[in-house]
Amino acid sequence: MTFDFDHIDITDLSRHFGRRKAVSRVSFSLSSGDILGLLGPNGAGKSTLLGMLATLVAPTSGSVTYGGFKPGDQGQAIRSRIGVLAHELHLYPELTARQNLEFFARLHGLDDLNLVRAALESAGLADRGDDQVASFSRGMRQRLALERALLHRPRLLLLDEPFTGLDDRAVRIVAERLTRIAAEGAIIVLATHDLDVADGLITRMAVVRNGRLLKEESAGTGIRHRYRALVESA
Amino acid sequence: MTFLRIALLVLKKDFAIELKSYEILSTTLFFAVSCVAIFSFAFVKEGQAVVDAAAGILWIAIAFSGTLALGRTFERERYGETLKALLMAPAPRPAIYLGKLLGIVTLLLATEVIVVPMVAFLFNAPFFERPLLLVALLGLGTLGYAAVGTLFAAMLVRARTRDVMLPILLYPITIPVIIAGVRGTSALLASPVDEPVAMLWIGLLTFFDVVFVTLSLWTFEPLMTE
Repeated sequence: MTFDFDHIDITDLSRHFGRRKAVSRVSFSLSSGDILGLLGPNGAGKSTLLGMLATLVAPTSGSVTYGGFKPGDQGQAIRSRIGVLAHELHLYPELTARQNLEFFARLHGLDDLNLVRAALESAGLADRGDDQVASFSRGMRQRLALERALLHRPRLLLLDEPFTGLDDRAVRIVAERLTRIAAEGAIIVLATHDLDVADGLITRMAVVRNGRLLKEESAGTGIRHRYRALVESA
Repeated sequence: MTFLRIALLVLKKDFAIELKSYEILSTTLFFAVSCVAIFSFAFVKEGQAVVDAAAGILWIAIAFSGTLALGRTFERERYGETLKALLMAPAPRPAIYLGKLLGIVTLLLATEVIVVPMVAFLFNAPFFERPLLLVALLGLGTLGYAAVGTLFAAMLVRARTRDVMLPILLYPITIPVIIAGVRGTSALLASPVDEPVAMLWIGLLTFFDVVFVTLSLWTFEPLMTE
């Protein structure tokens, strides 16, 4: 049976680098369908938090459980259900778009190459599939990297600034795509500074500053106003 | 099966990238060939090489060009942080290590195919009197050196001082491999060939390889988790 989960629980999660507390005692839970906006100024600890959710960074204390399972016990199975789009795009510039997608598909045990063709079409790169990624613009790479992260239909999707380099139309398409994926049952955690795009996309918001969680609540509307009030009063 | 499949997938990917530019193979080979050529100017006088110089110079060329190859291979994984994407694969993380190790070993063996005949020619050294023993020495020595090197290069991929730290960490730990390689090769170049001594060093190299590869596979996952 394929491993799956429908919620994640973050409990008292901390990560210290020497004396610096990158993340300090953060707790919240997410369920299928949630799109969490992880908001905060530069250096707030968003990327470290995403790294811990991705099982790439070990917590100093606290825990993340995926449907009750810990990465220490079910590491491979949990990773099979996580997709990551980091600020660095996790693509090989020397390879073509198709070769990149085929490699990552096989890495996840997917041999159906129709998935790769569909992913290239979704990225709007069907006619550039055999071009080296090095020749792509940042926006094209970003779209390709998003498809790479979605290839194995992850339950938990971790996105670090997914709208960087995208034009207005592409931002709208990606935002609609994320809404659809969440509606299908994915849990999305989205670290972004783009509060205009986040408004109307995210369903929950978590504001972090200096590694501490200031607030985690339903997103609603007027995110920018509430974010400013929280960050400036902290 | 997943373990081997992932290792071979990583190896195939590394080859596909290398075949686009031959960047690592050409720089490694150029460095090794230059190293041997420069030493030959110093150690060969009137067609006569200093005794045992050929073995030492061969292994110096392998070790130094190996460091270059290790650095460049992981530099590719640093750009775009693709190593993190590999570590996110739903597979045993040591399989990633094995794939990278196989790539480095293949690259170094390809370099040796050129460098060994060159050393034999320039130093007038009878490398091919016991070809099987030579292959065993080179293969085992290269594996031992690359096993430790791959682990350290992967560990240092995020460090700003990686180019300085890699040789500082790698050379002291691989000294047993280099000594065994040099002494074993010297035994093969002796006249007559000192086969028992060569076999002794091959045995020691096998022991080092088992220890280094096992330790590397065992420590890769905890070392790669930040």
